[in-house]
Amino acid sequence: MTRSALLVLADGRFPAGGHAHSGGAEAAVKAGRIRDAAGLEAFCLGRLHTTGLTAAGLAAAAALGHDPYELDAAADARTPSPALRAASRRLGRQLMRAARATWPGPGLDALAAAFPRGAHQPVVLGATARAAGRGPEDAAHCAAYETAGGPATATVRLLGLDPYQATAVLARLAPVMDEVAARATAAAREGVDALPAASAPLLDITAEQHAAWPVRLFAS
Amino acid sequence: MSLRATARIAAAADGSLPVLESDGPLAPRRTRAAAPGWTRVTVVGAMSAPLGGDRLAIETEVRDGARLRVDSAAATLALPGRVPHPAAYELRLRVGAYAALHWLPEQLVSAHGSDLRVRTDVDLDATARLVLREEQVLGRHGEPPGTLFSRLTVRRAGRPLLDQELAYGPGAPGGWDGGAVLAGHRATGQLLVVDPAFEEEPVAARPLGEHGALTPLAGPAALVTAVAPDALALSRILDAALTELADV
Repeated sequence: MTRSALLVLADGRFPAGGHAHSGGAEAAVKAGRIRDAAGLEAFCLGRLHTTGLTAAGLAAAAALGHDPYELDAAADARTPSPALRAASRRLGRQLMRAARATWPGPGLDALAAAFPRGAHQPVVLGATARAAGRGPEDAAHCAAYETAGGPATATVRLLGLDPYQATAVLARLAPVMDEVAARATAAAREGVDALPAASAPLLDITAEQHAAWPVRLFAS
Repeated sequence: MSLRATARIAAAADGSLPVLESDGPLAPRRTRAAAPGWTRVTVVGAMSAPLGGDRLAIETEVRDGARLRVDSAAATLALPGRVPHPAAYELRLRVGAYAALHWLPEQLVSAHGSDLRVRTDVDLDATARLVLREEQVLGRHGEPPGTLFSRLTVRRAGRPLLDQELAYGPGAPGGWDGGAVLAGHRATGQLLVVDPAFEEEPVAARPLGEHGALTPLAGPAALVTAVAPDALALSRILDAALTELADV
């Protein structure tokens, strides 16, 4: 299948609702933990090696066709924050809608039927990559790229950070995204029990605080 | 010299300890339980100091209907060893039907130059109850931290309930001290409470101070996650949560 399908899926304009989420950057900006490009880079680097690796592993496993019920349970166990579980399922539902319109097929239909309230976003992402004819490496790359791309775009809006600088951060992190995608894919090939579970305490803690803000720019 | 040692504990419903085996530096001792109906085991002083290359393990089985509290007499201090290998510390905890385990060790301190891999595997019956506390302190006072990887996997009735891996220090992947993970905090910890009663009445998620949160898991469990500038501030958050959630 075509490599360009990967570009369609990874494009920020793919209508899957990701633009409404900051990946924890909004809370980090408010707490003063992201003030500039260096802060954004440290934030994204930590996110990539923790929840990014975990999401990439789930996406790669779904692209390999592992049992979606097992993957969904694995995603729940790796997401202690109910705010983040809800955000992940909402994003999974939105991605599913776009994916079924873009790459219709029985695999996505079955996943949508099995999880009417939405499967976790990385699981849907992996299934979407599979429906688009792409493999686990591509699914993992998409997950890794989103892990850093979401906070970078959000920080431009939240801080007025120079978009050139934000994009330069992403370019500097590209080798890390490759490394994370490779580790995630290798683990996914071993099976669901081998999937990474790397976590980030502050992302879990601040997600709950952020969800309680009366006014916010981003949903998570 | 690096060493291998596995201590074993088994508690039965009649309050006896059918298995209580020391090995090498690991010495579990029966101690006086404060709460009626509970059995208590304290892992004494020698629990501290896994050195580079050491492989230590504790296997604990709480048999059907038993109630066991395990604590430790002192903090666990990870230190560098003579061999340039990581130390491994494995905890395998199994809790049977209508049994309860309170796993409340002292803090784990990751001293400068140390490299420790902790793995905690918990298998719970669907009717079992668990209170588990983990506190990690990165470096002794004023020193930079060692390297620490800590994986916690909890299964309930064979299904995953909580699966987390934390990685800190010079040997961890980058960004661990950035705004997403620790942001300069030097102590972090968790308190996990699993109770079938949460199936009917889950806890409500809420922030605990500035750097902590109480969250209901997807299964019948509550998790407190906290980061703090130092060991004392962390203990305050987790101790208050312990009293509130588990009345311990």
